[in-house]
Amino acid sequence: MKALHLKLWREIWRMKGQVFAISMVVMSGVATFILFISTMHSLDYTRSKFYRDYNFADVFVNLKRAPDSLKDKIQNIPGVRQLETRVSAQAKIDIQGFSENVTGKIVSIPDDGHPLLNRLYIRQGRLPDPFKDNEVVINETFAQAHGFKLGDQLAAVINGKWKRLTITGIALSPEFVLVMKIGAMTPDFKRFGILWMSRKAISKAYDMDGAFNDVVLSLYAGVKEGDVIRELDNMLGPYGGFGAYGRKNQMSHRLLSEEMKQLRTSSRIYPVIFICVAAFLLNVVMSRIINTQREQIAILKAFGYNDFAVGVHYAQMVIMIIAAGVVAGIAAGIWLGKMMGNMYMEFYRFPVFIYTLHPEVLIAAVSVSVLSALAGTMHSLWKAARQPPAEAMRPEAPAKYRVTLIEKTGIGPWLTQPARIIARNMERKPIRTFLSIVGIAVSCATMVSSGFFKDSVDFMVKAQYVFSQKEDMTISFIEPTSYRALYELKQTPGIHDAEAFRSVPVKLKFGHRSYKTVINGIEPEGRLHLVLDTNFQSIPLPESGILLTDYLGKILGVQVGDVLTVETLEGAKAIRQVPVVAMAKQYLGAMGYMNLNALNRLMQEGNAISGAYLVTDSPYREKLFRSFVEMPRVADVFIRQNEINNIYEVMAKSMLYFTFIAMLMACSIAFGVVYNSARISLSERSRELSSLRVLGYTRGEIAYILLGELAIITLAAIPLGFFIGYWLCAYVANALASDLFRVPLIIELKTYTIAAAVVIFSAVFSGWIVRRKLDHLDLVEVLKTKE
Amino acid sequence: MKENFFQVRDLTKVYRMGEVEVHALRGVNMELYAGELVVLLGPSGSGKSTLLNIMGGLDTATAGIVAYRGKELTQATEKELTEYRRFHVGFVFQFYNLISSLTARENVAVVTEIAANPMSPEKALDLVGLTDRLNHFPAQLSGGEQQRVAIARAISKNPTVLLCDEPTGALDSKTGILVLQALERINRELGTATAIITHNVDIAGMADRVIHLSNGKIAEVSKNKVKKSASELQW
Ligand SMILES: Nc1ncnc2c1ncn2[C@@H]1O[C@H](COP(=O)(O)OP(=O)(O)O)[C@@H](O)[C@H]1O
Ligand SMILES: [Mg+2]
Repeated sequence: MKALHLKLWREIWRMKGQVFAISMVVMSGVATFILFISTMHSLDYTRSKFYRDYNFADVFVNLKRAPDSLKDKIQNIPGVRQLETRVSAQAKIDIQGFSENVTGKIVSIPDDGHPLLNRLYIRQGRLPDPFKDNEVVINETFAQAHGFKLGDQLAAVINGKWKRLTITGIALSPEFVLVMKIGAMTPDFKRFGILWMSRKAISKAYDMDGAFNDVVLSLYAGVKEGDVIRELDNMLGPYGGFGAYGRKNQMSHRLLSEEMKQLRTSSRIYPVIFICVAAFLLNVVMSRIINTQREQIAILKAFGYNDFAVGVHYAQMVIMIIAAGVVAGIAAGIWLGKMMGNMYMEFYRFPVFIYTLHPEVLIAAVSVSVLSALAGTMHSLWKAARQPPAEAMRPEAPAKYRVTLIEKTGIGPWLTQPARIIARNMERKPIRTFLSIVGIAVSCATMVSSGFFKDSVDFMVKAQYVFSQKEDMTISFIEPTSYRALYELKQTPGIHDAEAFRSVPVKLKFGHRSYKTVINGIEPEGRLHLVLDTNFQSIPLPESGILLTDYLGKILGVQVGDVLTVETLEGAKAIRQVPVVAMAKQYLGAMGYMNLNALNRLMQEGNAISGAYLVTDSPYREKLFRSFVEMPRVADVFIRQNEINNIYEVMAKSMLYFTFIAMLMACSIAFGVVYNSARISLSERSRELSSLRVLGYTRGEIAYILLGELAIITLAAIPLGFFIGYWLCAYVANALASDLFRVPLIIELKTYTIAAAVVIFSAVFSGWIVRRKLDHLDLVEVLKTKE
Repeated sequence: MKENFFQVRDLTKVYRMGEVEVHALRGVNMELYAGELVVLLGPSGSGKSTLLNIMGGLDTATAGIVAYRGKELTQATEKELTEYRRFHVGFVFQFYNLISSLTARENVAVVTEIAANPMSPEKALDLVGLTDRLNHFPAQLSGGEQQRVAIARAISKNPTVLLCDEPTGALDSKTGILVLQALERINRELGTATAIITHNVDIAGMADRVIHLSNGKIAEVSKNKVKKSASELQW
């Protein structure tokens, strides 16, 4: 057995280049598997631990105002374990030296110190003193985005009153692991923050003494969330309840879950691709090795090794070939996973990111790679084990060739002999040729799928901010305001154009399905804010009826022509029947659109507006913005360009990370496949190539024969790669679609170009290595021996 | 006086294998004249292949000179050697080294496509008597036929010299004779200077001159008074 082991090591050492190339692919497979799964587990574990340790609530509800006395009644709802009433509010934030729109969500902390639910993790400093009304704790991302330190000050416009606040602490909360404004595409850490103030202070500022407008509660295990929510809605209805919701509709929780879903999708795609490619490469390599070792196998058997021992010997070889890749893949996976964890921590804030790698994941990674490697080589192993010694001693029958189909098309006579050699070799091993093409195509597809990420974001930004929004500033009022406000705005110097909008929170029902969202009422004939279809064509808003985001249509199961029940969650709480008149394909959110007048008719509150879209003159913009910040009835100001810039700022880093990983993966596959094919061809054909050299062919000419085949395979793989890439993107887009966003299936020419370039580069690189080997062919040595 | 194609002077070849030095050639001197047929005879390991390979530009010498028509191969660059093989010299080896993916005709075309002054593949195959095997792949040909394709391939460029290393080594005597007949015909009809390596004394009968190699040295050069035709040979 010792001698056989020595043989193994020597052989592996001899084909170290190929072992390396295969290891790269195996490594990529194991690494991506570990990366995605372990990050998912880590995120899951970190999240549940944070939730548990800091008592994350189960049910959430906002309302207009209810007296404190209602608290006991809520507590008596069966199933409610803990309950916290709070005061929460939106505020404009004024930060010195940062003259852009910033809004904050203010949340109260009970005066006795610590909240029961959604407890704060204080990263720095302390909670506000309940006896001071000017102290505030802010969330960490907001603090970091502005470089706030303890003791720094900021101002908040609370209920129309400008108030200076001092930062006493920086905190995290399970409620705001990811801080993101509803309706935004990405988080905006600079322009949106969470502010925690003492209940006393905020109640005073908001005239909420003895009252609350926000309830969070936890449930006993096993309690049906839906029942409690129904009870709660009934109870809070008279107090302007906006409808309770569970964790799965809680913004931060929801986004984290989406992220995990994304990881799960990735963990299903990429590792599978790599493991299959690796199995294919191993198959090619092992069948070649076993072919060249026919005599050795025969001799082993003649010495008395049995079939099983021979099979085991080659199985060991397979395992040794992938062992390094598996080990390196585990290391790389952990490294990348931690790196990804750190990247997540920039968005998702936990006290600490706890990297968790379950032993099962390791076991799965190892066994999947080993088993698929063995499965990939099973056929060759079987052949090796079963060969009768005598047959193995005989030289292999000469390869049989045929005139190829390509030649039969009539171009045959024009082919040079080297071209003919290429064509016939490819056709003689059609499966291998095809699988090589698929392997390289997959690498190309991986690149396409990574570029797709950026393309789709670009497209979403274009669709959402460029083509459908002609306004450069949007203001929203604290509460519905008279249409007159629009005329005032239009008179304001610096404002070119203004259009009103009305947005109403609603619950849409159809049959037994319902969905909470907003209806956006826009001006008929409006020129600024358009509802677009997928071709960027504006969809005219009908006189009456509602237009739905197509995805919302799917959620509700409605068709154009169906009649929806609209239950408004604001004002008079009317319940109305509204026909669906159109669907618009949109990428962000799931909402309804109506003609402003129709919406107002539905609300029965006259000509009210929630805000306005503005086109402003740039020299005035800053001044206008300041005046809006100071205007008590203005709740929020959006500046389009800031939004767009932020999206790219936020995405830049993660985009870079994923492109980097995809690039590594794509290169390793392309290199693995091309290099291996080249080495195998070289080993199979070194004799032929040497003969040609003897006949006077130059190094370049024989390289053409060997590498020409690879060039053809690579070039054939690229279009197929585009196709698979497109398909992969479609799968990903489909898997990720949710009511938050739908990824448009947009792949730019540039992405295809880069993908092709990366593949060609890897191919050329491996070709170059093989070419150098080719230059050192020992002509005499080869001719001496018979094959 | 015929032109002297090859001038070999004090040719030495030492293979170094770690500590061990193998002296394959120890100062060989010889000539090869236009149109003649020379047999290099010697026991296995005597250095025949080494000598031929150096003459053919496939291997380098340790010391000494090999000049082809006055040009020193021992000083030539890789590029010049390739050109030399491409245009001037034809090889036939014990193992035919045909390209298995190409038919007989195409195997010859491999050479005619790059040569400066080739004959047609059909003519070359006709010279070796394989007119009816043009479209056969190597796997469909017998050993002797494959070797004759190899000869056709070697001579199709109209080389000035044909170097054959044990061309009958892998063949039985009957087939071997067919192959030798082909070589003889080419030497006669085209006037190609031909060197045939063999350890088979019987083959020496068909040569103009026989060079005996032994232990890396030329032991003896003999002229055949009566040159036998290949068909008269037997072993
Ligand atoms: N590549 C090589 N490395 C080491 N020794 C070699 C090599 N090629 C040939 N030899 C040695 O050189 C000597 C001459 O070999 P060769 O020319 O092949 O003899 P022949 O063709 O007459 O049988 C032999 O002893 C052989 O072992
Ligand atoms: Mg020899």
